[in-house]
Amino acid sequence: MTTAWVKSGRQVERERVRKSRARRSASVATASTIIFLLLIAGVVVNAPGWPRVQETFFSPEHFVRALPDVLEGFMLNVKIFLIAEPLILVIGLLLALVRGLKAPVFFPLRALAIFYVDFFRGIPTLLLIYLIGFGLPALNLQGIPSDAPTLGIIALTLSYSAYVAEVFRSGIESIHPSQVASARSLGLSHAKTMRFVVVPQATRRVVPPLLNDFISLQKDTSLVATIGAVEALRAAQIHAAKTFNYTSYLVAALLFILLTIPMARFTDYLAARTQRRRGA
Amino acid sequence: MSVLTIEGVWKNFDGHHVLRGIDLEVHSHEVVCLIGASGSGKSTLLRCVNLLETVDDGAVYLEGQEITDPRADVDDVRKRIGTVFQAYNLFPHMSVLDNITLAPRQVHGIGRREAEEQARGLLGRFGLADKAEAYPDRLSGGQQQRVAIIRALATQPRLMLLDEVTSALDPALVREVLGVIRELKDTGMTMILTTHEMGFCRDIADTVCFLDDGVLVEKGTPEKIFTDPGHPRTRDFLSTVLESGRF
Repeated sequence: MTTAWVKSGRQVERERVRKSRARRSASVATASTIIFLLLIAGVVVNAPGWPRVQETFFSPEHFVRALPDVLEGFMLNVKIFLIAEPLILVIGLLLALVRGLKAPVFFPLRALAIFYVDFFRGIPTLLLIYLIGFGLPALNLQGIPSDAPTLGIIALTLSYSAYVAEVFRSGIESIHPSQVASARSLGLSHAKTMRFVVVPQATRRVVPPLLNDFISLQKDTSLVATIGAVEALRAAQIHAAKTFNYTSYLVAALLFILLTIPMARFTDYLAARTQRRRGA
Repeated sequence: MSVLTIEGVWKNFDGHHVLRGIDLEVHSHEVVCLIGASGSGKSTLLRCVNLLETVDDGAVYLEGQEITDPRADVDDVRKRIGTVFQAYNLFPHMSVLDNITLAPRQVHGIGRREAEEQARGLLGRFGLADKAEAYPDRLSGGQQQRVAIIRALATQPRLMLLDEVTSALDPALVREVLGVIRELKDTGMTMILTTHEMGFCRDIADTVCFLDDGVLVEKGTPEKIFTDPGHPRTRDFLSTVLESGRF
């Protein structure tokens, strides 16, 4: 027989105290935040030179005028990102898998993968963009693209796939050898063990660091401006040069932030979910 | 008929000899129990049979074929051997059903529907019918180990290797896993198992082998080994086990 639980007077009193404390903490936090923001705003607005700062960086008029051009440029950033990203994922994973091949036949491939990662990870991204962006067209070879966005995509892919390969490799190496032992014991070949057992688990583990690299890539698409592509940064620069007002840069910055923040929150969400699953 | 023949197998790790010339023959439908202290070489011997370790000397024959020949097809050998590990080693990213059907589908070329039907049949037989869609981390240790046994069984192996499959379980779960192994014996499965469960070993084994420091010291029927061990080292080991209350 079970007895129904009736809350004791002690427990009722305890809960009353907890509730009133929680209410008090919330109101203290709200009040202090409001006072803090008012103080900052007061200091900034009353500082000498504030009108000039406002006019140069926060001009609503220039904001509205620059927005269409910068937004159009930003679409190119998004396009570069969307094309480069899948390429980077595929090449990065391939490089990581090639480095894991043990058979002697694959020695040259393995050596090539190691060289690739060492080389492209070691070069500053901007330098690589110059090298590809100005160097490739200068070869005057047939079939070589000459438009800045495509060359930028190639350069970014070369650079980031080297990073992503290392992320994948660390994920693959983090899978416990007993998983491989048990897959091989079932008769699965090395390739099938990687495909069905190791890579799926490794990929789940490396999602947060991969997303981190993606955020970085989203921003680095603006480096393509240096070889002549009119993307968000370049469009903003054109505006600033014409008007001597820098609000257009702020527009570009805002657009980048609007793109990266959801990505960052998504990364947090995935990490939290993994944590929850482990804890469960 | 002989399923497995082990001939003078040596294995060393960094100069330490773990196996020193082991000879053993396992016949069809025979259940061989390897007993011995931790570090005596039991697990290494099993890993040499399914080629997770390469032997340093000697030979292993599976159904008459020398599998220690460097030219032997490793994957083909493992297709015929089912292995169950102490730590289950289920694939955590796959449901129970996918764990079981992976090898039949990818190694043996059986269609999804047939493989799943067969897997559900096995799950039902071992009391896990309602766990087909569950993920391994939602199962108890005993359930995970039973799934691991079913996974090995689903490839219809000629020989099963069970490496201390109950060592990580509490007594109630040990019983449910041992029940499964007993059922395998009843179906005529040829098995080699290493265990610290002496009572179970005595009950299920056709042949008991006592290993000590990489040497197969004594081999015989359970009655012989447990009631009248011929070798002093066997006697020592059994009395230690007796004292620790595991018998």
